Amino acid sequence: MTSEISLSTVPAHTRHGSNIGQPLTRRDGVLKVTGAATYAADNHPEGMLFAVMATSSIARGRVVALDVDAAKAHPGVVDVMTPAHKPELAMDPDAKTNPFMFRLDLLQNDLVRYAHQPIAVVVARSLEAATEGAALLAPRYEEEPARVGLDADESFEPAAIGIGSPARIERGDVEAALARAEHRLEATYETPAQYHNAMEPHAIVAAWDGDTLSIDTPSQGLAMAQGRLAGLFGIAPENIHIRSPFLGGGFGSKGLVSGPQVLGIMAAKLVGRPVKLVLRRDQMYGPVGHRPPTRQTLRLGFDGEGKLSALHHHAKTVSSTFDDFFEPAADISHTLYAAPAILTSHEAVRADIGTPLFMRAPGEATGSIALEGAIDEAAFACGMDPLAFRLKNYAEVEPISGKPFSSKALRECYRQGAERFGWSRRTIEPRKMRDENGYLVGWGMGTATFPALMFQAEARAVLRRDGSGVMETGAHDMGQGAWTALAQIAADALGLDLDRTEFRAGTSDLPDAGIAGGSAHTATAGMAIHNAGADVVAKLAALATGDERSPLFGAGNAGVVAREGRLHRRDDESRSEGYGDILARAGLAQIEGKGSAAPDPSVQETYAMHAHGAVFAEVKVDPDLGQVRATRLVGAFAAGRVINPRMVRSQFYGGMIWGISFALHEHAVMDRRSGRILNADLAEYHIPVNADVPSLDALMIEEHDPHVNALGIKGVGEIGITGSAGAVANAVWHATGVRVRHFPIGLDDLLVPAAA
Amino acid sequence: MTFSISLTVNGVRRDVELDNPRVTLLDLLRERLQLTGTKKGCDRGQCGACTVLVDGRRINSCLALALSHDGADIRTIEGVAEGGHLHPVQEAFIAHDALQCGFCTPGQIMSAIGLIQEGQTDGDPERVREGMSGNLCRCSAYAGITEAVLDAQKKLAEAGGTDAGRRDAA
Repeated sequence: MTSEISLSTVPAHTRHGSNIGQPLTRRDGVLKVTGAATYAADNHPEGMLFAVMATSSIARGRVVALDVDAAKAHPGVVDVMTPAHKPELAMDPDAKTNPFMFRLDLLQNDLVRYAHQPIAVVVARSLEAATEGAALLAPRYEEEPARVGLDADESFEPAAIGIGSPARIERGDVEAALARAEHRLEATYETPAQYHNAMEPHAIVAAWDGDTLSIDTPSQGLAMAQGRLAGLFGIAPENIHIRSPFLGGGFGSKGLVSGPQVLGIMAAKLVGRPVKLVLRRDQMYGPVGHRPPTRQTLRLGFDGEGKLSALHHHAKTVSSTFDDFFEPAADISHTLYAAPAILTSHEAVRADIGTPLFMRAPGEATGSIALEGAIDEAAFACGMDPLAFRLKNYAEVEPISGKPFSSKALRECYRQGAERFGWSRRTIEPRKMRDENGYLVGWGMGTATFPALMFQAEARAVLRRDGSGVMETGAHDMGQGAWTALAQIAADALGLDLDRTEFRAGTSDLPDAGIAGGSAHTATAGMAIHNAGADVVAKLAALATGDERSPLFGAGNAGVVAREGRLHRRDDESRSEGYGDILARAGLAQIEGKGSAAPDPSVQETYAMHAHGAVFAEVKVDPDLGQVRATRLVGAFAAGRVINPRMVRSQFYGGMIWGISFALHEHAVMDRRSGRILNADLAEYHIPVNADVPSLDALMIEEHDPHVNALGIKGVGEIGITGSAGAVANAVWHATGVRVRHFPIGLDDLLVPAAA
Repeated sequence: MTFSISLTVNGVRRDVELDNPRVTLLDLLRERLQLTGTKKGCDRGQCGACTVLVDGRRINSCLALALSHDGADIRTIEGVAEGGHLHPVQEAFIAHDALQCGFCTPGQIMSAIGLIQEGQTDGDPERVREGMSGNLCRCSAYAGITEAVLDAQKKLAEAGGTDAGRRDAA
């Protein structure tokens, strides 16, 4: 944590001894509740100018004219960056040298490939002048018909989906199993385009000093950002210093450097002064990624007792015309239900949209709502309780691979979640439950799952003679609580109290902490921290056990334990010595250790590693108006070791509310004629507000996983949305008897069939 | 042409020369007075991240022209804690984990202080949820926000008075 951060006096902060597992309050809480936490757009270097992007109002065509003279003549405007007037880049923004590199729109030509694409940048002495200058550009276009949506064009099978996964995977013979099945069910579900809409718009403050670049910008992956920018500008990565102490939400949209962030850096280079560029909310509906729409067909074969024999999950999705990101929606069906024959397949079309990207649970969220809906339909077709149906098809090993699970406490999630919710009182038949006001009441459930991933990371640990310690890794806190949870791991790794541990993160000059994505950041950065702590403690122990003046002399084989700033002999804990004494006698001011983390290939080959959960939802529907309200959600999640239950609960709640949002609230509405999004703002693009949020309960189910990593962490950031979206949708069916297979479910969906 | 206004911001009189009549109260605070605690999430009154108190009432400062608030008394998130002590609403936000990324938090807290002063919720969670629904939180810390507002409201009532409530001000 940066030095100006002071700890709260709230008692939940004071903790001695083991820190992991304690519900500490946020260490950055005081900064965040006082307005002192500095987000990118809060920076004002000396001499800074303001940049405002002009973005395309068409989805496809060319910009044939920009009134640059009018903009430049406007008082306060300093310069206008256009395809004809911009700094040279060292690399083609349309080049792609690795799967994590996406093509950017950096004014490389006059082509428009999607609505809200940047077409110019106006730099001025005030924000108002830059905004007015951008309006004066009055672009003229040569427009071509936009290709829109899931039926935009001929479809094809992508070479890979997600990041490098095969588009089609089959185990067993699905067609044969379907042909033999006693019952068959086919259902097609559609999910809409969704936009991350982090509360903090993408922003950058960039300053050049010769060929050294200093930037403030939100980043979920500092080292990758540094590498990407080094390539684009032809400078060494170490010449780029990025500060990202706080992200105002990311959800995947700040995982990779986006085009507008690079444009801010280019603008600073063009004018030779620091520049701030902040996106307008509507400009976030194009160049910074989104969750693409899907059309998913589920084909299930099962017997009269509800045993699945075949599961085919097919997903059609959309990418941009110029780059490849294919939402891996069907892959959710690899892990949850024990059908002996499983096929997952994907197809895609290209449309005139900004390239879709990772959005919280990419693939899992879209796939989950469709799979959980189809499972619910199959259960009802057998006359079975949806939980009994799921238990009947409980996967003891991962169905697609046959691998054992590293751990799987899903049965316990089902049991405890159902009990807390009161699930046993549910009717099998829909439209049978009412509340005291006459509203239709529906209860639905869904299974949650998310892979337990690990990336690569490094950390550096220091123990000082004054008995304090430092842990450094360039970790990212986008709200999940890295400043707190990783500091807890650091304190335990160093064998120190938290108030003796200085934790540094959030800047690119620290060791690479990997990417805050895939729900893997706590596991990845946490393991690097854990290992760095072990390394520095081992070095300290070597000093002590080899020194005959130390009470630990000769402990060699027995070993030592680090606790509360002292090393203790493992076989005789009364013999111990403080860190400071050991360093002082060795004449050292401090001692340093290093640690790294990476996935273990042998474990990955042996085990299937996933977090699991069960979500139970209640909705109430007005029988006359069709208005739906989610009134109660209970989630029970088994996600390995919990570092900070207070923050984990918030992550589960957040995910569960995203699930409600998926089922009932959010979607981008595309104008099929123009290819423009009609609701590119926060009034019309609905996300839940406080009044939309029901009573929530998140149970943390005990789970010890000896395989995922030494700390036993699986990750909690994304699993909450899975299961929840399906549970809410299934509850709407149970309330009304109307099975809506497209999202969000609206009151019009529920009224028309009911009246028919 | 320039325009002169004077405002009281967090108890300090600020005389401001504006070169442009379009400057919003939000942009005045953030870009000209360097009070960046107040956030811009949408710039059109749809998200509440820019909520401040003007003459004691909560407003979206992105929808307010600075010029039309000449002489106003403005309170922003920077002026909530006093004498090194957090306001009860701030403390409650930390205790109930009513925040994640923190970007909407200044607006939520100003809105909560305004809501408590309005005195319309009567400790009813449903009315707190409704009254806080002008402030979006994409991390969805809503459960904690509702708990925090109710908790702070109770503590302020116990301390006597709906506004002051700061431990040092009592």
